[in-house]
Amino acid sequence: MKQSLRSRILPLILLILGAAFILLPFVWMLSLSLKPQDEIFTTTISLLPSAIEWSNYTFALTETDIPLFLWNGLVMVTGILFFQILFAVPCAYALAQRRFAGRDVLFGLVVAALLVPFHVTAIPIFLGFAQIGILNTMWALILPFIQTAFGIFLFRQFFAQLPTDLFDAARGDGLSETAIVWRIAFPLALPASTAFAIFSVTAHWNDLFWPLIATTDPSLATPPRGILYFRDQESGDNVGPLMAAAVIVTAPLVVAFLLAQRKFIQGLAAGGLKG
Amino acid sequence: MATILELRNVTRSFDSKVVLDDVSITIEQGSFTALLGASGCGKSTSLRIMAGLDRPTSGEVLLGGSDVSEQTAYERNVAMVFQSYALYPHLTVAQNIALPLTMRHLTPVRRLPLVGAVMPGTGKARQTIMDKVHEAAEMLGLDQLLNSKPGQLSGGQKQRVALGRALVRDPSLFLLDEPLSNLDARLRVRMRSEISALHRKTGKAFVYVTHDQTEAMAMADQIVVMIGGKVAQSGPPRELYEHPANRAVAAFVGHNAINFLEPGDGIDMGESVVGLRPEDLAPSESGALLARLESAEYLGSEIVLSLRGAKGAEIRAIAPGDFAVPATGSEIRLGYAPEKLHLFDADTGFRRERAA
Repeated sequence: MKQSLRSRILPLILLILGAAFILLPFVWMLSLSLKPQDEIFTTTISLLPSAIEWSNYTFALTETDIPLFLWNGLVMVTGILFFQILFAVPCAYALAQRRFAGRDVLFGLVVAALLVPFHVTAIPIFLGFAQIGILNTMWALILPFIQTAFGIFLFRQFFAQLPTDLFDAARGDGLSETAIVWRIAFPLALPASTAFAIFSVTAHWNDLFWPLIATTDPSLATPPRGILYFRDQESGDNVGPLMAAAVIVTAPLVVAFLLAQRKFIQGLAAGGLKG
Repeated sequence: MATILELRNVTRSFDSKVVLDDVSITIEQGSFTALLGASGCGKSTSLRIMAGLDRPTSGEVLLGGSDVSEQTAYERNVAMVFQSYALYPHLTVAQNIALPLTMRHLTPVRRLPLVGAVMPGTGKARQTIMDKVHEAAEMLGLDQLLNSKPGQLSGGQKQRVALGRALVRDPSLFLLDEPLSNLDARLRVRMRSEISALHRKTGKAFVYVTHDQTEAMAMADQIVVMIGGKVAQSGPPRELYEHPANRAVAAFVGHNAINFLEPGDGIDMGESVVGLRPEDLAPSESGALLARLESAEYLGSEIVLSLRGAKGAEIRAIAPGDFAVPATGSEIRLGYAPEKLHLFDADTGFRRERAA
């Protein structure tokens, strides 16, 4: 018992240090967002505010466009996720459980597509969207991401592990291939869906690159894009509300992850991608 | 009896590997047919072709007299029970059993949540479905489990749910792919009689794939023995046991492995190999066959004797339970009735009828 305790201390210390290192900016952000204005620019460093100051939050939520940015972000990530699942799940099912000529080549292409960073295709997509005139719309934020090689890959790995008998039984029960996808395969892939949803939502909620390129209309700004406007407006001297806004923008993801943590890890493990 | 299903000269090959080679099988209305064979003999492929889950490379599949080669499993209305049960893990027992009916009786729009529920007639259709589900569940003793998920069930219960799902569809034919092989020995015997009872109750034709000759003998009225992708012999169990068409069938059928005696092993019938079942061979004062005792297994009702023949051939015989086993190594005389001998051609292995 003593032996095992001692052997666990070193890894524990390292983990705590690592966690502290990663968490420090967040803790600092949280701390600043709760400090009164005069306390933020003192020369001494104190992690805890002398008094909890909620006015930063009130200011961020009422005097700025943060609620609109949050709403835009929500619409965008929901739209992206909806279309991603709509397309990725049937594709993955076909790649995993159907036999057709060129299946392996097709799957090879999906894996190859995993290696192409979005930034490579961003300029052609931008030019194309400019041609058809949908820049500066919500569609410009959603459409580039509705096909997802990562999603297809993740779901395919999951479906490939499901027994073929299950799908044969469903065919015998009179389900069409489409019905099998949505009534049998998709509900069973819930852990994989959760993992994928977290990846997708996190990536697109936090994305600054594409919203910065594709939209200039402030009423379409997503949270990270919005915070930029915010900083410009306030010229950096209103740090308290800025930090409060950052907390508000970060919080939904952290909360969602904590709630779905177990499903998330299950999905990754089941998807053969042990994290 | 009318023929319900017929495979006619069916060949199936995967790439260059021939899995089924010119297989013809006839299933009579209301019969219980067992496809018996070792793993890899093509029995499951035959079943999948009957079900419509696989297509023959050449040959015909006739259901009720018409060619159904191009029809799907659903269009054929045959029910298949899988070795792995293949229950939908995310649905309850009731939903599992109801699914085939839901697909048949409710249009796609009616199946939608919310929208379907408010359409007139959906409630009535759902009620009909649930009545049928309850009926099937009662028949199989599943009434208490209707709201459980498959993960909470034991192997035997899962098997019953799989049977229930097949049953509610009122199919023209039941196809069962090694349904008992995932159960423990005791449960297997019980499910065996339950499946037989189900067969009698429904009166439908059952096709049952198994590698266990005991199951086949106990349940079937027709056994099709498959070896290496071909039908080696088909017929009633008694026919297969008493008149095996070749050595391989004789070796496969029968609880105790049959003895094969080459010429010179003690029973000389010309050039033929002699097949003699252990249960037809017993110690006897006046027996014609002399063999040396190697070991004896006492099983209560009987004693299984392992012996060596004159030329070293392994011979097994069965003595009654009260037989006084002599010391190992002693010579024993064994007797048999001449009509119990099976003769096989030494080269081809085919059965030879004795010139009486």
